[in-house]
Amino acid sequence: MRSIGKGIPKLDGIAIATGKPVYTEDLAVPGALTVKILRSPHAFAKITSIDVSGAEKLAGVECVLTYKDVPGIRFTTAGQSYPEPSPYDRLILDQVVRYVGDEVAVIAAVDEKTALKAMGLIKVEYEVWDPVLDFEQAAGHPSVVHPEDDLHCNYDIGLDREKNIASTHLTEAGDVEEELRQCAVIVEETCYTQAQAQAMMETYRAFSYLDHADRLTVVSSTQIPFHVRRILSRALQIPAGRIRVIKPRIGGGFGGKQTAVAEIFPALVTLKTGKPAKIVYERKETFTCSNSRHAMRLKVRLGADREGYIRAVDIQGLSDTGAYGEHAPTVFSVAGEKTLPLYNKTNAVRYTGHAVYTNKMPAGALRGYGATQGTFALETAVNKLAAKLNLDPAEIRLRNLIREGETSLLHSDHPLGSSSLHRCIEKGKEMIGWDEKYPRRDAGNNKVRAVGMAVTMQGSGIAGLETASAEIRLNDDGAFSLLIGSTDMGTGSDTILAQMAAEVLSTEVENIIVHAADTDVSPYDPGSYASSTTYVTGMAVVKAAEDLKQQIIRSGAGLLNAPPEAVAFDGETVSTKDGEQSISLKKLAELLVLGAGKHQLAGIATYGSPVSPPPFVAGFAEVEVDRETGKVDLIDFVAVVDCGTVINPNLAGVQAEGGIVQGVGMALFEEVRYDHRGNLQTNSFMQYKIPCRKDIGGIRVAFEESFEPTGPFGAKSIGEVVTNTPAPAIVDAVYNAVGVRITRLPVTPEKVFMGMRSLL
Amino acid sequence: MQIEVTINNKKTTLEIEKDELLADTLRANGWLSIRKGCDSSSCGLCTVWMDGKPVLSCSVFSFRAHGKSITTIEGVRGEAGELARFLAAEGADQCGFCSPGLLMTVLAMKRELPDPTEETIKHYLTGNLCRCTGYIGQLRAIKKYLGVA
Repeated sequence: MRSIGKGIPKLDGIAIATGKPVYTEDLAVPGALTVKILRSPHAFAKITSIDVSGAEKLAGVECVLTYKDVPGIRFTTAGQSYPEPSPYDRLILDQVVRYVGDEVAVIAAVDEKTALKAMGLIKVEYEVWDPVLDFEQAAGHPSVVHPEDDLHCNYDIGLDREKNIASTHLTEAGDVEEELRQCAVIVEETCYTQAQAQAMMETYRAFSYLDHADRLTVVSSTQIPFHVRRILSRALQIPAGRIRVIKPRIGGGFGGKQTAVAEIFPALVTLKTGKPAKIVYERKETFTCSNSRHAMRLKVRLGADREGYIRAVDIQGLSDTGAYGEHAPTVFSVAGEKTLPLYNKTNAVRYTGHAVYTNKMPAGALRGYGATQGTFALETAVNKLAAKLNLDPAEIRLRNLIREGETSLLHSDHPLGSSSLHRCIEKGKEMIGWDEKYPRRDAGNNKVRAVGMAVTMQGSGIAGLETASAEIRLNDDGAFSLLIGSTDMGTGSDTILAQMAAEVLSTEVENIIVHAADTDVSPYDPGSYASSTTYVTGMAVVKAAEDLKQQIIRSGAGLLNAPPEAVAFDGETVSTKDGEQSISLKKLAELLVLGAGKHQLAGIATYGSPVSPPPFVAGFAEVEVDRETGKVDLIDFVAVVDCGTVINPNLAGVQAEGGIVQGVGMALFEEVRYDHRGNLQTNSFMQYKIPCRKDIGGIRVAFEESFEPTGPFGAKSIGEVVTNTPAPAIVDAVYNAVGVRITRLPVTPEKVFMGMRSLL
Repeated sequence: MQIEVTINNKKTTLEIEKDELLADTLRANGWLSIRKGCDSSSCGLCTVWMDGKPVLSCSVFSFRAHGKSITTIEGVRGEAGELARFLAAEGADQCGFCSPGLLMTVLAMKRELPDPTEETIKHYLTGNLCRCTGYIGQLRAIKKYLGVA
């Protein structure tokens, strides 16, 4: 392998690290109108009157738009393939506002100051309604978050509007209740996972203009250019062909930008005024008016026999989707889909429940997408089962986890193509010193150190549903242009896709020009989410490059007057196998593009996988708990990752480290909180604490490769799976330290302290 | 109002509003490496040097820059590029949005701390948030760059 497995630096690394102006705001059209949004101060209300005349009269104000000025067509901002599972429950601006921060009016002015001044001149009267704030009280609450009768679902997702139920889910195999009755040991645990903010460093932003052909062009920091085009088309009621969406460099996404949060507002202004417009969300808006991880309550029941074999798993879930149902049914289902197959010695499994509407900021996609929540609940229950059976938590997993080639109840027709999870556990134990450290030891000074562990799986793309395309051209200079629609948001996916193309074409990464993404130019790709880019787009790239390679061989053979089977291509030259004749790729390219050949070569491929092969992680935490204060310090975290073949160890390693630290943030610090009126309180980095450098002790990542037969060069995904194990592993470590099992994240000193008190 | 300020070794006169912030002034004048990430002086993205010392340009009124010398990463591209290569070699650059602020802080630290250790590096850089990398790879890169064991 000349490119695969090499720690090649990211193609854009030096340029972006040294501040090149390549992000959305840097590229904004000079003189674009500044767009600002007046937002609801109430969690639930109806606008009874809105007077924009004063604002409109202010010099420098271009337009002020309200619910009276937008199409009455409901849509979803969730970035999903059509027909989207998420309900069409939004208008661009609505007479009913459903959370504090919901959009009331769109103001466009010559500059920010004028726009803000105009905002202050808008007079709004509301009829304030009783909000639904507690998601456990949402189903059947007297207030109905979506009273409208034109809410639409593309297909049945179990939505019951009048009961505030956004979606209903049931997956089951076997008779769980009967199986539980027969189990010698049963544990039950109800876990709560909190809303978590994506907190990418670049807030939401987009700008728009009409191009030379009067088409609407939107430049956005988005993970989903093609979905944005379709969403705008529906919301604005103009054909998708009249819209172009361009994604420049992205300053982080983590799923937040898998929802079309901001694009619609400048686009609306540009359509209304014909003028360029831009919006840049403030950090406070990003915290309060976008989306977060779905908060969930997950009640797990596990049944096992006396030998510690898990025979039944039952998970009953409830998910808070907030004011709108973006990603509500899918995040909910993933919490079960990406946990139940793990333990396959079961005779019955079930996952059931609802996502409910509340009058809070909508939930959406965040790295892990339900699997993070499901993993926390299931792994916490498995750790509790291990304690009850007096079994080592590593041992109970080695006994019960699915192995390569085996099936699970939910995938009885798909044997697992690749897994090194058992090896990951063995290696992780060794790295953290599990056998010496489990469960705890006194660290002196009233402190105790302990270890805990958890495992997880995710997917690689969305099986049987989503496809990605790739095109690769041989240019006139003998280099290649790789056109893709995936969206490198800092992960390095452009680089690893170039590595794959270079590998197939026996060339260097430097000879691959990567272009992504522009809906006018790029082949279709849903975008980078669902851990799909390495695996799904990767396969499309491999197939396109293989196609091109065959074309090079055929064209070369033609020019050499030899049959294709008599020539070979080594990346630089097409030669007859007898060594008699050869033509350089450079010359071949020149002839094909410019001269006698008259046929520019391009390989193109579309790929969609019938399976979504799971990557795995075994995560091990070592914590130090202060018995006096309940404070938890993370001393060490070891993650051993099976992402199949590692395409680029440096980039994969940092993906893992970053995902783990987001998981640590969720475990220990982060929580989106509201007051009793529905005001989001954690609206800055002063209140919402993401980990800083000093919060992070040792984090060690190792790879235990497997080979995924359906993946590019044996690769699976890595982006999301890495964020799932810190919370359950840290919670179990804290339990092993002081006997307190925290089931409501995050693990704050107060909760640990109160837990210790209640043990007395 | 007008201020006279030296930006990246070039003296200029700028017309500013009284309540304008340095980050906005710099961006408006084409120094696009300056990014705002938090609006609460807590993320470090907008770090520039004022008379050689790192400041958060989102929290400095532009009039305070009158008579001062401001350095952005555009003014130290060579040195920053060298540091960036260490980050890239670890794969620790990721989305890059926080990088100019981080790099300006690291280069200031290099001048300020005679004998940096892992702990003093972490302490000095605490105000530079990053959501992508988890900091570990950056620390590896910075230690190698500074020759810290």
